[in-house]
Amino acid sequence: MNCSTIIPKTEAAVASTVQSASSLGISLAIEGNGSKRGLLRPMRAGRTISLRGLSGITLYHPTELIISAQAGTPLPEIEAALAEHGQHLIAEPPALTAMFGAERPATIGGIVATNLSGPRRIAWGAMRDHVMGIRAVNGKGEVFRSGGRVLKNVTGLDLCKLLTGSHGTLGIITEVTLKVLPAPQATGTVSIRVASLEQGVAALSAGLGSPFSVTGAALIPEDGGGIAHLRIEDFEQSVAYRCGKLREALARFGEATVQADSAALWQGIREATTLGATAEEAIWRLSVQPSAAPAVVAALRAAGGSKFLLDWGGGLIWVAAVASAEAHAAVVAAALAAQGSYTLFRAPEDLRASVPVMPDEPRALTAIARRVKAVMDPCGLLNPGRMRAGQ
Amino acid sequence: MIPLPAPKPEVLAAREQIVAALRALVPGDGVISEALRLKPYETDGLSAYRQPPMAVVLPNTTEQVAAVLKYCNEKGVRVVPRGAGTSLSGGALPLADAVVMGLMRMNRIKEVDYENRLAVVEAGVTNLGITKHVEADGFFYAPDPSSQLACMIGGNVMMNSGGAHCLKYGVTANNLLGLTFVTIEGEIVQIGGRHLDATGYDWLGLITGSEGQLGVVTEVTVRILRGPEGARAMLAAFDSIEVAGQAVDAIIGSGIIPVALEFMDRPCIHACEAFAHAGYPLDAEAMLIIEVEGNVEEQDRLLGWIKEICNRFNPISLKVAETAEESLAIWKGRKGAFGAVGRISPDYLCMDGTIPTGELPFVLKRIGEMSQSYGLQVANVFHAGDGNLHPLIMFDANNEASFHAAENFGADILKLCVEVGGCLTGEHGVGIEKRDLMTVQFTPPELDQMRDLKAAFDPQWLLNPAKVFPLEGNAAFDIQPVNQAA
Ligand SMILES: Cc1cc2nc3c(=O)[nH]c(=O)nc-3n(C[C@H](O)[C@H](O)[C@H](O)COP(=O)(O)OP(=O)(O)OC[C@H]3O[C@@H](n4cnc5c(N)ncnc54)[C@H](O)[C@@H]3O)c2cc1C
Repeated sequence: MNCSTIIPKTEAAVASTVQSASSLGISLAIEGNGSKRGLLRPMRAGRTISLRGLSGITLYHPTELIISAQAGTPLPEIEAALAEHGQHLIAEPPALTAMFGAERPATIGGIVATNLSGPRRIAWGAMRDHVMGIRAVNGKGEVFRSGGRVLKNVTGLDLCKLLTGSHGTLGIITEVTLKVLPAPQATGTVSIRVASLEQGVAALSAGLGSPFSVTGAALIPEDGGGIAHLRIEDFEQSVAYRCGKLREALARFGEATVQADSAALWQGIREATTLGATAEEAIWRLSVQPSAAPAVVAALRAAGGSKFLLDWGGGLIWVAAVASAEAHAAVVAAALAAQGSYTLFRAPEDLRASVPVMPDEPRALTAIARRVKAVMDPCGLLNPGRMRAGQ
Repeated sequence: MIPLPAPKPEVLAAREQIVAALRALVPGDGVISEALRLKPYETDGLSAYRQPPMAVVLPNTTEQVAAVLKYCNEKGVRVVPRGAGTSLSGGALPLADAVVMGLMRMNRIKEVDYENRLAVVEAGVTNLGITKHVEADGFFYAPDPSSQLACMIGGNVMMNSGGAHCLKYGVTANNLLGLTFVTIEGEIVQIGGRHLDATGYDWLGLITGSEGQLGVVTEVTVRILRGPEGARAMLAAFDSIEVAGQAVDAIIGSGIIPVALEFMDRPCIHACEAFAHAGYPLDAEAMLIIEVEGNVEEQDRLLGWIKEICNRFNPISLKVAETAEESLAIWKGRKGAFGAVGRISPDYLCMDGTIPTGELPFVLKRIGEMSQSYGLQVANVFHAGDGNLHPLIMFDANNEASFHAAENFGADILKLCVEVGGCLTGEHGVGIEKRDLMTVQFTPPELDQMRDLKAAFDPQWLLNPAKVFPLEGNAAFDIQPVNQAA
């Protein structure tokens, strides 16, 4: 993308790269393995800095439920290390390598910088909820830390949360420390064919409002209605028992089937491959309150038809449609009418460059954001304009 | 002894006008300025420090909050926001030239939405008030600080409070969707909303736990959860702290995540038993309270497994509650722990560091040695699953030397927490208490960056200005050393 890529091997080298870029006034595009280069706004940066030279798990204490890894560590490496001890990443982050046609795996730094979470988010929290500690380099080339390596920490301002989801615009993450949990012994999925999206979201809400600890609640639209899937993860006997109870509790929505072997189904939802977007289509990700989802989908269907996938009980809507400014305008209108938010997730560069890829902030926040950016990256070197102009 | 910023003479001189202006902005009885009526606001849950404010204002609406902040910002008047005043780190301690802004009159529950599993409540609604409001329908608000009867959701947001059940359900930050937030300039801003993970910078995450430094929260949209079918507790006692720690590791290593996993040491067990008559084993060096959730068979199964694990560590006693009443009895002592220690020693400091759980035996041994050398008793109770310690240091407030020894003892414990890889505070916040220890955990540039972020929201340093960040090295004010110890 940019002419030269720097691949530092140490955090100190990241810091000195930023210092020299700062003194020369050269802006930096920041990536791990570059798997999400196509996300958000295209950037014009002087250099690319890749974190893939900073790789490896630096601390893993299974009984303390904590793992630390350098930012460039590939996600599969972390998942494999956790699996060896029967543990997993709580937020089930999607790698989205298929969506972006990436050749190399996503890195943990990129996952944190984009705050990506999968189906389990609805029950157990987002990626941002499990970042317990962070090391990063700000736009002045200073190394700083926030949080630590313990599960409860309110010491000082929570810059772990500020950096998570900041898309590299406030600091270059060099190491993250995450809370992890034991992986469930078993999984079961209760699936119900519903006649309408309203019925589908109501079924998901009823499941999430039941005492049976649903850890995934997705709706795959089909014709007028769709199929609602509710997942339970726990010890084997508990899964069997709760799937049965859930099926009874949701009987009013339709005949339910229970399947034990549903890993592929949830993997497709997690990576949004179930959406079935073609390579040419643009992809949006909307976050709304679940009850608003059917109206959002109806509005977008009326505007010309698209493909949809609902997760998080209906609160997360993946949309695929022709990559055009009109299609984007329809998504923006539908998301804002539902008082939710949207992200233009994948699109050709010219579309991403010409429309806002996420909603504007209220005026008072824009002013604060400008001042915050000035603290963290006074010269505006880091991922310039990736989120919005100036951010 | 704690240094505070020198009061601004021009503000003290303008006291009458300021009070009159506040009365115009918050009509009725919403402004307090008489010395006697200011007294209840002079301290918070850390009652060793006291300082009456210049005035107290009790707004009823977000618009009044905005008007008062705008006025104070224009006049350069410091503001200390306050919820229920239960902070254990002195977070709500006033300044002599500050207006305390109490949010307790904003105590309406505005909406409950079961379909979207959320509630919209004003900042002055109590933590327990939310759960009480929805529990008849089987729902609850998850974070449950021991102070939940009194503490308010706005205070919880600002301290990012935790509770006994956060191993499973997370702390305040993990249970929020949105805030109505008022800046010092008097702008009313909606942060987040009714949906998860709004795009853009995570303002919700940055504001949560910011201890009143960035703005005032007037309304909170919280997630509410459906409760489990049931829950039951058990108790396991061991003859050494090391062994109890090993049992905790083994439970977590087995893949079971109990909803609660609490630890008490011998002095704490004795204090709680004398207070609550919960049937705690008095010959134990360490005791665990372990709670699991599910229907009765699930509870039986999990408790059976945990019992099996504990049995590998030669427990002195194991008691599984057979009924909900027996569960309550097991919890009764723990829930009353602070009160129980309060009966032994009316004055105690409640510390709040976090350590990597593997360091527990070492840290408790060191705390025992310090207790000897300071000549002060200490009782330990803490959240074992997440390593959040609450050593309770007992002292005599009528004896200045005893108070100073307790302060130093506490500081030594917190330094030890940082030394072993932990942190100064797990849930009570930095406040005034740990402000000057921040240099133990952070480098000067790290502190400067945080100060600059505070200033990005509050350029004049008017919001709760004496807290969290060491005064030294802060160009925003002159420091006046004052002895605030009661
Ligand atoms: C007996 C006892 C037990 C406790 N147990 C626990 C526990 O288990 N877990 C735990 O985490 N804490 C615990 N605490 C500490 C305390 O209850 C929490 O920190 C609580 O969240 C404080 O809430 P509050 O309403 O009392 O806030 P306050 O003490 O009034 O204020 C706390 C801080 O927040 C600021 N603030 C308050 N409201 C607002 C607002 N609306 N906008 C902006 N800033 C505001 C204040 O300036 C102050 O800095 C305990 C305290 C006591 C006394």
